[in-house]
Amino acid sequence: MSGGNDGCGAPAGGVAATAATDPGSQAVVEGHVLRAGQPVSTGYARLLNSGGDFVAEVPLGDDGGFRFFAAPGTWKVRVLAPGGVRAEHSVAADYGKVTKLEVAL
Amino acid sequence: MSRSDVLVNADWVEAHASDDGVVLVEVDEDTTAYDKGHIRSAIKIDWKKDLQDPVRRDFVDKVGFEALLSERGISNGDTVVLYGGNNNWFAAYAYWYFRLYGHDSVKLLDGGRKKWELESRELVGDVPRRPATSYTAAEPDASIRAFRDEVVSAIGKRNLIDVRSPDEFVGRLLAPAHLPQEQAQRPGHIPTAANVPWAKSANEDGTFKSDDDLRALYVGEAGLDLGKDTIAYCRIGERSAHTWFALHELLGLPNVKNYDGSWTEYGSLVGVPIELGEAK
Repeated sequence: MSGGNDGCGAPAGGVAATAATDPGSQAVVEGHVLRAGQPVSTGYARLLNSGGDFVAEVPLGDDGGFRFFAAPGTWKVRVLAPGGVRAEHSVAADYGKVTKLEVAL
Repeated sequence: MSRSDVLVNADWVEAHASDDGVVLVEVDEDTTAYDKGHIRSAIKIDWKKDLQDPVRRDFVDKVGFEALLSERGISNGDTVVLYGGNNNWFAAYAYWYFRLYGHDSVKLLDGGRKKWELESRELVGDVPRRPATSYTAAEPDASIRAFRDEVVSAIGKRNLIDVRSPDEFVGRLLAPAHLPQEQAQRPGHIPTAANVPWAKSANEDGTFKSDDDLRALYVGEAGLDLGKDTIAYCRIGERSAHTWFALHELLGLPNVKNYDGSWTEYGSLVGVPIELGEAK
């Protein structure tokens, strides 16, 4: 196995979603998790489909970032953080587009 | 085998991680997670660098597994406790290796790294040094690993469980949604497979569901025929190792195999049947 795309490995060090993403033909959903304006780097972002089924999960990056490569349609992003903190948002994704989301805890 | 033989909780780890004869090992999807902080006394195994053959598409062979465990200071008699992120996805994959190579006492930390982090338990940067050992592995246990020809001949005859997300199963996605979707192989699933996404066997905190809930999921909801052998697959065999753990180690079902070639192999084979859309 070589490269990051043919394994199931998460991006090393979580996702730094600060840099601009070129979606190409992907349907990207990405964003940051913030508390009082500061990045939350300990926590998880989960992607659920429109039926509420779990699809994927990533640890938050040092900048509180997360990124998913979805498909066109409506998705939910659920954030889990220590202390039982949860937040959930619905997003729409489409090919060639980066859907941005900022989650405030 | 009971649940307590194969799972430990965080309190147990806090009490016993430094005991002689106990080795805590982090195996994470994000292979740098350990370096940012890990449970005290834990060592690291990198699922890609340490557990995969560097040349062939296969995992590390018996000699390589022996060399790895010897170098990390793991003895045959040690109790190995594995943990990792994403509901222990890759820890379960490593667990399957340890069983495949005949390690006697191996367990998962229920909930893995996520539950530990969400409970704000201690993570440290110190990397423990363990003296090298002379580990001896058994020959690989073929009863828990399926290969492609066996999978093709199992269509319509054995239980096939596709544990990828529903979107991958129907052919809408080709990879888990936290990875780019560029893959050469065809989308879809193996005909007659039932789709039971791997994460359905876990609670949101990453712990495994109860035996009753697991039975309801696989036997009740998915219609698993307990009179037949079972093969689980995903995309490269890690998520299906997690389901293999639920079926074989927690529910104690005999004759459950993990097909680690999984969709990256099957979806690239010439001449095999593929089904698109919902299960028929």
